[in-house]
Amino acid sequence: MLASFCGKKVMRELSGVILNRGSKLCNFIEWRGLKVVYKRYASLYFYMCIDQEDNELEVLEIIHQYVEILDRYFGSVCELDLIFNFHKAYFILDELLLAGELQDSSKRAVGHMIAIHDRFVEAVKEEANSISNLIAQVNM
Amino acid sequence: MNPFSSGTRLRDMIRAIRACKTAAEERGVVRKECAAIRAAINENDHDYRHRNLAKLMFIHMLGYPTHFGQMECLKLIASAGFPEKRIGYLGLMLLLDERQEVLMLVTNSLKQDLNHTNQYIVGLALCALGNICSAEMARDLAPEVERLLQFRDPNIRKKAALCSIRIIKKVPELAENFINPAAALLKEKHHGVLITGVQLCTDLCKISEEALEYFRLKCTEGLVKTLKDLVNSPYAPEYDIAGITDPFLHIRLLKLLRVLGQGDEDASECMNDILAQVATKTESNKNAGNAILYECVATIMSIEDNGGLRVLAINILGRFLSNRDNNIRYVALNMLMRAITVDAQAVQRHRATILECVKDLDASIRKRALELVYVLVNETNVKPLTKELIDYLEVSDEDFKGDLTAKICSLVKKFSPEKIWYIDQMLKVLSEAGNFVKDEVWHAVIVVITNSPDLHGYTVRALYRAIQTSADQESLVRVAVWCIGEYGDMLVNNIGMLDVEDPITVTESDAVDIIEIALKHHTSDLTTKAMALIALLKLSSRFPSCSERIKEIVAQYKGSLVLELQQRSIEMNSIISKHQNIRSTLVERMPTLDLLQWEEQQSGSIPTTTSTSAHASINIPNGVAKPSSAPLVDLLDLNSDDVPAPSSSGGDFLHDLLDVDLSKQSGVNHSPNNGTNALMDLLSIGTPTQSSSAISDLLNSGQDNKASVSPLDVLSSPSSNSVQPTSSAGAIDLLDSFATNSPIQENNGPAYPSVVAFESSNLRIGFNFSKLPGNPQTTIIKATFTNLSPSVYTDFIFQAAVPKFLQLHLEPASGNTLPASGNESITQTLRVTNSQHGKKSLVMRIRIAYKMNNKDVLEEGQINNFPQGL
Repeated sequence: MLASFCGKKVMRELSGVILNRGSKLCNFIEWRGLKVVYKRYASLYFYMCIDQEDNELEVLEIIHQYVEILDRYFGSVCELDLIFNFHKAYFILDELLLAGELQDSSKRAVGHMIAIHDRFVEAVKEEANSISNLIAQVNM
Repeated sequence: MNPFSSGTRLRDMIRAIRACKTAAEERGVVRKECAAIRAAINENDHDYRHRNLAKLMFIHMLGYPTHFGQMECLKLIASAGFPEKRIGYLGLMLLLDERQEVLMLVTNSLKQDLNHTNQYIVGLALCALGNICSAEMARDLAPEVERLLQFRDPNIRKKAALCSIRIIKKVPELAENFINPAAALLKEKHHGVLITGVQLCTDLCKISEEALEYFRLKCTEGLVKTLKDLVNSPYAPEYDIAGITDPFLHIRLLKLLRVLGQGDEDASECMNDILAQVATKTESNKNAGNAILYECVATIMSIEDNGGLRVLAINILGRFLSNRDNNIRYVALNMLMRAITVDAQAVQRHRATILECVKDLDASIRKRALELVYVLVNETNVKPLTKELIDYLEVSDEDFKGDLTAKICSLVKKFSPEKIWYIDQMLKVLSEAGNFVKDEVWHAVIVVITNSPDLHGYTVRALYRAIQTSADQESLVRVAVWCIGEYGDMLVNNIGMLDVEDPITVTESDAVDIIEIALKHHTSDLTTKAMALIALLKLSSRFPSCSERIKEIVAQYKGSLVLELQQRSIEMNSIISKHQNIRSTLVERMPTLDLLQWEEQQSGSIPTTTSTSAHASINIPNGVAKPSSAPLVDLLDLNSDDVPAPSSSGGDFLHDLLDVDLSKQSGVNHSPNNGTNALMDLLSIGTPTQSSSAISDLLNSGQDNKASVSPLDVLSSPSSNSVQPTSSAGAIDLLDSFATNSPIQENNGPAYPSVVAFESSNLRIGFNFSKLPGNPQTTIIKATFTNLSPSVYTDFIFQAAVPKFLQLHLEPASGNTLPASGNESITQTLRVTNSQHGKKSLVMRIRIAYKMNNKDVLEEGQINNFPQGL
């Protein structure tokens, strides 16, 4: 579903087209023979490039799922959250979509997975800190 | 702490970049960071590898090159810890794509991670594999993924299912291995596994026939039950969206059912009930519900016919179409496209609404609606629909005009009930949006115009009016210029007035004005100007009173820096000044351009050359090569580069020269090759080289194609019958009735008396007749020309023309200088075939041109005294 070409030029062009759309218009455009679905949340636009046979209305729902999960994770997500934590946004996206298809329809399940991953990372960090403390103590 | 580490944290770098005011500043910051990261990579620093990769990813998202970091991803993936692997895999997916060879190096790490004890690491590996694996990697790791389809944890099973989708897309042969495991997934309860399992089955069915059969047979009922349970399930907060439990699962199931039911009666039968239930029960006030209805309608349309369901579906679409939400209308239009194949009548009922959508504010909706309208047009509704579309053309946006114009032209061409309607519509389109019209389209318009002789007057007057108001539309100007040149006399004299027309007074000077304006207009391009010059030449002949003025206009281009215009101008000027005797014949009315052959050529069966800078108005062939205008232009055009010379067109053209059977036929030709010789002699130009090679390719006749045979060569070997100038040879070959190299036969038939065909004070022409044995229809005439005056005749040329039922062929004359007082004569052989042999006798019109005392003399006559029985 998701297009694999993400060249900067492509994104810039597509962004230009989308930003020029009026607000009352429908959320679908046809660009270079592909279908693009976009949705605006305040100052952020989320857009997805889809195949001909995909259901556009469903894709709108998927985008909304993603935004809701982000909201739950960051707590009232805003643009800066996504900029400074882009890698986390990607991690979440990778729990929602894989190979261009939806992995799970439950926001709770996705959030749960991310929480587990975060806990792992925390645990490893703590361990690393305690080891370096030990080493530091030894060296002193 | 490593003293060489890049000190900034990720967030500091991002802050620094965002603080930059200019692009140069940003480049500076990025460069500095990249340098630090490169240094760290060289040092093989592993403390900050994690952070450096994150920075690299951000830099990559900004658009800077980051290939030096690719190996870092590999090192991180190979690390032991979860955080490193996580960021490493993300870097892999962002910085690399499947085309990179570096990707292959990851295969081993992936294999290890797919077997890792930590299931979350297994998940990471599946994710990376599913997003970017290449075909080789897919092949290598498919067994692992297959195994994971049965893993104990549902989260891994669902990831494995989606990963399998990518694998089977990359390596379709592996699809069979996944059929059974996929079928097992369909029985699960976990929604995530169900969704992904259903998706996997759908893709399997698309890729493998075997899978399709299997699933159809074994799983259809189960799936129907699952959907039923889902539809009837109670409130489930985890999966609820807008009051519907798990709309995503609804949609996936509907999609799979569609694939299974398509083309299969039994499967379709099986799902009718649930489809009806979904279609009627689903709430359509929220997007989720509409998404389900949309999918449901798509499914109903694709499976085998059930009248009741189809009606239901069309009704839903009708409701969608009048919904105020633009998204809904968009998908409705989309769906209606597919519905047309199923129930065209029902869709036609919504025609008015669809037409309204063509004018919608939303570009996406306009586009969909236009496509739909295009498909809806048929013979009965083409007129009102076209009218609507053309009306809209006037107010539409610039970027939409291109599409709209193309569609309108296509419709008009396909469905026009009568020529006058076609011409009317095309003129409107050209006036409104001529600049968007493609070349083939306005070429076609001209072809149709020439094929409608009763509409010539109407058309040229309409064009005259149109060009007054829409001179900025290039195509319109071109068509108008061509028509005014051709049919200028009709314009000025109001010939061929139709009842619907208002009379219009146009003087000859007005007509010339229009062409002159087109010629001089700053927006006119080379093609238009070239066409205008030719049109002026035609008008100089049709309106002799304007000849001087035209000559002056044309002369202005003698010094043009554009070679094409300069050349045309000089040649035309020369014709106007010095060759008045043949001018009128040169620019006689064009014959009809053959519509069928034009269309054949359009569909690519006959090669054509279309150089825009080239000749007159049309690059369309009449027959095989160029249209009738070509001979005129070729003859005048010293550097006809890539254009094959006229073939049958040559015949037409010569046809016109002799004033016989104007413009109605393109097939039958009575071309005396002498005519061509004559012109070339007069204008002292050899035949263009290309034409011969092109013709010889086309015709394969074993002609003696001396391409650059100059007429002088022909003259100097008057007795050689085998030397034929190419274009006439071409003409003759295509017509098939002329065998140019056949020797003159002996007179073996019954003898016919010789006659004096023509006699004037200066010239006598005698005809001797003979027939070939066994071929009573063909007569061989030996013409003898005798000079009765005391002066020598030079540049002696004889031309003849015959009515339709006869075919005439002229061999080259023995010479073209006729000594005085009958001292010697020129002989020439003619061959006439009478298709009405025995019913009608021969009749011929002749024209003789020669120079006497350096004065051009032209004599004409008709020969009626052929012996009976020829």
